[in-house]
Amino acid sequence: MTDASLQNPTAPALENEAQMGDFWALLKPRVMTLVVFTAAVGLLAAPDPVHPFVAFCAILFIAVGGGASGALNMWWDADIDAIMKRTSRRPIPAGKVSEGEALAFGMALSGFSVVLLGLASNWVAAGLLAFTIFFYVAIYTMWLKRWTPQNIVIGGAAGAFPPMIGWAVATGGIGIESVLMFCLTFMWTPPHFWALALFMRKDYDNAGVPMLTVTHGRPSTRRHILVYTLLLAALAVATAFTQIGGPFYLAVAVVLNVMFIKGAVEIWRRDEDIAETDNYLVERKFFKLSLLYLFAHFGAILFEAVLTKLGYGGWAWL
Amino acid sequence: MALSRQHEIHTRRLGRNIGVGLLLVALIILMLGLTVVKVTQGDQEINTQETE
Repeated sequence: MTDASLQNPTAPALENEAQMGDFWALLKPRVMTLVVFTAAVGLLAAPDPVHPFVAFCAILFIAVGGGASGALNMWWDADIDAIMKRTSRRPIPAGKVSEGEALAFGMALSGFSVVLLGLASNWVAAGLLAFTIFFYVAIYTMWLKRWTPQNIVIGGAAGAFPPMIGWAVATGGIGIESVLMFCLTFMWTPPHFWALALFMRKDYDNAGVPMLTVTHGRPSTRRHILVYTLLLAALAVATAFTQIGGPFYLAVAVVLNVMFIKGAVEIWRRDEDIAETDNYLVERKFFKLSLLYLFAHFGAILFEAVLTKLGYGGWAWL
Repeated sequence: MALSRQHEIHTRRLGRNIGVGLLLVALIILMLGLTVVKVTQGDQEINTQETE
């Protein structure tokens, strides 16, 4: 972006001038959907009521904080984003926003969201949001992502914090239930991203990101997906018998986990040549299912919370 | 060099300027709303303590 045209009135308008949409894209709106939804579930599933306007503001500030970490991630990863087909049209590699602008935008929004969340709710929630931004930017983006094939496993923690922050907004602390919601997202992240890595193979290879598919090979990645899916299924079903679970959640968890395990077994048994022939159809289906999986589990937790408020939640009323 | 009344940069950045303006208005509304909620919730807590 430049103001050079002020000095030269005949200068043509810059086609690459950043618009609001480009700054919006820096916030990774799709990831923000997940952040907003899981944080809202964490907040609404908590036993303490929150004023609806405070709840709205808190979710908004959590979303802005999540978006800020996305902008900082794009600032740091601009070099590999330009190489990968999936990310090459992001605002920085597309030349719409400069790296400096993205850094300033991300830093400003980080500070803004943390301070306002603290003022609107409490400083435990604000501290958790600050830690989430730090974890995603410094631990995952700057350190783990380019260093270890376990990047997705450990880095997944950043995406798992929002329900804990939502819970902290309502209760002012951390509970076993909020930790369970954290674990659900944390364990879901590896199979979700490894499925993506299987069918976006060339992207990660070209960028030199040490994804499991690159460092340990594709058969190993398929085995990893199966193992993590089995561990996730055990955790997801066990959550049904805790404070945030109940019969409805159990029904949803059983159906989805059977489907998820079936998908993981199919991926595990797939031959690479066959997968390439049908353009990774099974892997793509598994990836789509993983999106539904997480939304349905958190949706079920939310539904159980609503039932509890009506006196029909959990196992006690049976 | 003097800026013309409607310089090209004004047209070019119109969308961005309107967007920033709207965001600032939204922020003011949020702050006002939060203040009202916090103050009225504080009133309720004081009333509860007085009745106890």
